[in-house]
Amino acid sequence: MIAPQPVNLTVNGARVRRFVEPRLSLADFLRQDLGLTAVHLGCEVGACGACIVNLDGQPVHACLMLAVQTDGMRVDTLEGLSDSEAVAALQKAFHARNALQCGFCTPGILVVALGFLKGCRPGETAPSREAIRDALSGNYCRCTGYEAIVDAIERVAKAACATQEAA
Amino acid sequence: MKARAFDYRRVTSVTEALAAYAGCRGEARYLAGGQSLLPALNLRLDGPDLLIDIGRIDTLRGISVEGDALRIGALTRHAETLSSPLIVAHAPILTEAAAFMAHPAIRNLGTMGGSLALADPASELPACMRALGAVIEIAGPAGTRNVAADDYFRDLFETVLAPGELLSAVRVPLARPDIRMRFDEIARRRGDYAMVGLAAHLAFSGDVVETARLAFCSVGPTPMRAPAAESALAGRSLGPESIAAAKAALAADLAPDDDDALSAAARMHLARVLLGRVLSALGDGPQRAEAA
Repeated sequence: MIAPQPVNLTVNGARVRRFVEPRLSLADFLRQDLGLTAVHLGCEVGACGACIVNLDGQPVHACLMLAVQTDGMRVDTLEGLSDSEAVAALQKAFHARNALQCGFCTPGILVVALGFLKGCRPGETAPSREAIRDALSGNYCRCTGYEAIVDAIERVAKAACATQEAA
Repeated sequence: MKARAFDYRRVTSVTEALAAYAGCRGEARYLAGGQSLLPALNLRLDGPDLLIDIGRIDTLRGISVEGDALRIGALTRHAETLSSPLIVAHAPILTEAAAFMAHPAIRNLGTMGGSLALADPASELPACMRALGAVIEIAGPAGTRNVAADDYFRDLFETVLAPGELLSAVRVPLARPDIRMRFDEIARRRGDYAMVGLAAHLAFSGDVVETARLAFCSVGPTPMRAPAAESALAGRSLGPESIAAAKAALAADLAPDDDDALSAAARMHLARVLLGRVLSALGDGPQRAEAA
């Protein structure tokens, strides 16, 4: 019998302290122990991107991280990013452009897109569609063919890069 | 799938890591970025009894110039390799290669040492290390040893690392004005495994190639040097004739197998196309459209 180990971390701004089995992935920990079901599990090998969350501010696959590894770290799931309205503009653009169908991949894509858009500030050149596709290369969507997703992200990127006058 | 149960121990020094490995009664694995190890565990391709988390060992971090080499710590993330000003200045081929490695979220966790310890023949960094003439620094119970990249890779996913040894850093000779280097690859989609990749490192004397180091990935069990093509370039200026000679010589260097993804002939063809493309880009003259 392998003993559970303590883990202390910050999830969506709240301190969390649990004992976890070492083999428990961060994704299963977030879903099952904390009920954060925006973290979707598709492939569990880092290919589909549905489980991507921010770890200390950087997008990572929650299926390729052990819960026990995250001791002392900060995790933000789509729930937290949604509550803080960090992804509000993206959510609005995804809604307006119908950039989802079944929605399974959407949380991972929103987390990745949010990180990608950090580079977009007023006066910067808006990223190309190719750059957006490159940023999304680790996210599978089986419904949309990506066009609407790229459209929605492009719209937010252009708005973020627009100067005050143009906006 | 879910991983088989294992125990976990986080260590904070190389000494502690080596002791944890030595003290494990079953199978132990070092865990760094985990971007290849955790998929293998989730697929139950591997099922160790103990994971030793080396991810917080400070001495395995950092990128610094030491004498005539750039020392890159084992825990350097691919995202850092992609953005490090020191790497761009002194080993730009690694910056180019990192852009091809997996996807952004994987690059945020995957590490230099992990990639080199795994020695996936389709991986970019092992080929770069052979092209650069890097030295691999290995910590073990008897102390640290240094192994030339050409001697480090043994076979498919096999290196000279003995059980319990820990890859601690790589040392890469600093770029010089007489050296031109480039990495490129051909893959079906961005971030996919390369169908073929090439790390090329040419030292010039004036317009003449003095020495060439060419290392391919995804064409054999290890990153593959191409000695015949290298010889075809040495002592000649880099131009259409020497490039054609190198492409022709490649048949003596590489003998890829047929596999489910690609026939041996197609892979060989792509290797020649890529060699032409990379060498043309390294040449002084105007870049030619690639004639496959």
